[in-house]
Amino acid sequence: MERNLMKGNEALAEAAIRAGCKCFFGYPITPQTELAAYMAKRMHKSGGVFLQAESEIAAINMVLGAASTGVRAMTSSSSPGVSLKSEGVSYIAGSDLPAVIINVQRGGPGLGGIQPSQADYWQATKALGHGDFQLLVYAPASVQEMVDFVVKAFDRADKYRMPAMILADGLLGQMMEPVSFPEINPNAYDKSGWATNGHKNQREHHIVNSLYLKPDELEKSIVDRYKKYDIIKETETDAELYLTEDCDILLCAFGATARVVKSAVNSARELGIKAGLFRPKTLWPFPVKEINEAAKSAKTLLSVEMSMGQMVDDIKLAINCSRPVEFYGRTGGVIPTPVEVLEQIKRIGGAL
Amino acid sequence: MATTEILLAGFGGQGVLFAGKILAYCGLMDNKELSWLPSYGPEMRGGTANCSVCISDEPIGSPLVLTPDILIAMNQPSFDKFVTEVKPGGKVFFDSTLIEAECDRADIQLFGIPSQQLADDNNLKGGSNIILLGKVIKETNLFSLDVMKKGIEKVVPASKAHLIPNNFKAIEIGMNS
Repeated sequence: MERNLMKGNEALAEAAIRAGCKCFFGYPITPQTELAAYMAKRMHKSGGVFLQAESEIAAINMVLGAASTGVRAMTSSSSPGVSLKSEGVSYIAGSDLPAVIINVQRGGPGLGGIQPSQADYWQATKALGHGDFQLLVYAPASVQEMVDFVVKAFDRADKYRMPAMILADGLLGQMMEPVSFPEINPNAYDKSGWATNGHKNQREHHIVNSLYLKPDELEKSIVDRYKKYDIIKETETDAELYLTEDCDILLCAFGATARVVKSAVNSARELGIKAGLFRPKTLWPFPVKEINEAAKSAKTLLSVEMSMGQMVDDIKLAINCSRPVEFYGRTGGVIPTPVEVLEQIKRIGGAL
Repeated sequence: MATTEILLAGFGGQGVLFAGKILAYCGLMDNKELSWLPSYGPEMRGGTANCSVCISDEPIGSPLVLTPDILIAMNQPSFDKFVTEVKPGGKVFFDSTLIEAECDRADIQLFGIPSQQLADDNNLKGGSNIILLGKVIKETNLFSLDVMKKGIEKVVPASKAHLIPNNFKAIEIGMNS
């Protein structure tokens, strides 16, 4: 397969177009702007719509409108912009609409900074908006996975009629790596039962709505949605297990941080320390089965994140606090180095 | 081979990111694993620019280069800031027109060539970065001249294809300096 050299942000955009995305609405923000710029250049040539909205709030509501008609729609932003989109995401989830949202994270809170961060883990996996709902959250660790996960996100969003997020970061968005584009034949999901597209009065009209004034009706709609979430938790988890078979120390990291950690794990192995890596590719649903498999022989777990420690709680829950879970992180846009992580491994290794 | 970590640094506008891109495309043409990571902070808007390039036979871990095997420095602040970070046994390439190399390290090799002057003398405006790349491929076994030419052909956009011969000439000047 032909290898291309692309920035992560551009690869996300190209993958979306190839996956059949027909509507992109966005608003510029560093470090994801190349994505929107690529869409501006390419979308109209592939029969789609690119529109730079007047704000992030407008953009996400345009996604809601486009998704209501059954077309594949997407928006992208970076952390502060994603916060602005949160109301719209909640409406999309409450209306059972498929859509893809991309977050190329930067440091927060507030305007924060523009360097890479993973401090939106909680936002993405727990509370991207008000109400009882979840998004599918994919965490790529390479430019190639940015392509593969966008394709998957569109598919699963359609399959389950729910929003899906790619949780990337500034490092992945800005870096170039070789990438190949697989032949993509998007599954055709039948949307004729709910899409609010034109029908020339040939059928009953469809209503896309998230307002239920009767509590029992609202409760039923949520409970039904949670049955779907149960199926997703069973079937959609995905993770990479690296050198976990005999590991004493299991490092846990996702996205760009996992690359740094993998280098540190390799260095630790050269020193004779049995370290392994668990890398969730889906953050929601969290890969519970997979981490328990990875942690089989581990005496201690160490979560490494570009935040103050947001995945730690999910790890503790997943292994039912059966082993100590330690944390090492850098935040505010600082990227941890393999040397720093190795020091942590050595510290724990010495204590075992 | 192990991963070769390259750091390129200079003023914005000197073609630091472009030179890094050429090395990245060389890696692509040479069927290597590679990564290219630019600085994208406020410093790229008129201040210092730098970019990390990793070339390897194995998948690349962290794409951020902190301790380079090869440093390409195009201004004094970049030289001063990064020369202390170069790995022992590493090589430093720099423009001696703009940089006074004060460095007491005996464990690295310094290659200073007046690349800015050479570019001006040969009517290759903005070619200082490419001249330095010529010196890099002469003094390291990173890529062959053939791969370098393929990389340049790949990275120069079609609308600027007429500039390819100038880039080849700049490589040649760097190799012979």
